[in-house]
Amino acid sequence: MDDLDRRLLNRLQHGLPLVREPWVALAAELDSDEAVLRQRVQALLDDGTLTRFGPMFDIERLGGAFTLAALRVPEERFEEVAELLACMPEVAHNYRREHVWNMWFVLGCASYAEIEGCIGLIEVATGLRVLNLPKEETYHVGLHFPL
Amino acid sequence: MSLLTQQQRLQLCRLLEEGLPLAPRPYLLLAQQLGAEEQAVLAQVQSWQEEGLFRRVGLVLRHRGLGFAANAMLVLDVPDALVDELGERLGKVDGINLCYRRPRRLPQWPYNLFCMIHGRQREQVSAWIEALLRREGLAQLPHRLLFSTRAFKQCGGRYAAAPEVAHG
Repeated sequence: MDDLDRRLLNRLQHGLPLVREPWVALAAELDSDEAVLRQRVQALLDDGTLTRFGPMFDIERLGGAFTLAALRVPEERFEEVAELLACMPEVAHNYRREHVWNMWFVLGCASYAEIEGCIGLIEVATGLRVLNLPKEETYHVGLHFPL
Repeated sequence: MSLLTQQQRLQLCRLLEEGLPLAPRPYLLLAQQLGAEEQAVLAQVQSWQEEGLFRRVGLVLRHRGLGFAANAMLVLDVPDALVDELGERLGKVDGINLCYRRPRRLPQWPYNLFCMIHGRQREQVSAWIEALLRREGLAQLPHRLLFSTRAFKQCGGRYAAAPEVAHG
């Protein structure tokens, strides 16, 4: 990654201008060439630096539901429970965190009723209680990684 | 200017979920696929953004691969009367990537305010957060810092590509 890639990624994290010819606008800002910028984004997608480029719809606004959930998994069962969750398509972003609640993951479903069903399933399959922490208020969303 | 039909809106939504085409005029390309006018597609996308259906035409970075290995979840137990004001305040701090209110689950879980902070080094992130809490006069509030130590791969998760919404 060179200086132009870094400037491009830092700029794009704020969003591509919503205009007819967005790359012309961006090239002017970054003092570059629009075709070069598109090639750079394509190369960053190809090498896996970027996993996606485009608008990210808010699933909740489209009628879906999410929650953040946690489990308190005994050490000797950690791998087994992680494998079980890895095979559930509703589960995303499963992280081990340093706390007695040591497994943290996101559940995404079509509705909140389905989330509750999914939590029930995890509780039955693991014999563990799930901490269900659905978002009540959003104060800020804006992942930004200064490069 | 002609507007998109319901069918075209659905189709546009599906196309955009795959990403924005990397073309000189991406909305023209999308319009051609829908059999619509470029201006109608652009206006639709702009109005979706105004309505909050998406925040920006942005990107998803594989941040761990870029050295952002320290991922901290700061949780605080804030009195109910103060939590909204404090959430708004912390949400504006540069460096806090996500800030949400979630329910307490007593007695197991006493924390109601969640902030995500990503950095390169754990010690730096810890020091930054402790300095922030002191500066904001919050060091006395019960709080914990939960660093992630491992990320598990999903076999075919549906929402893995959508961190902004998925931390929901």
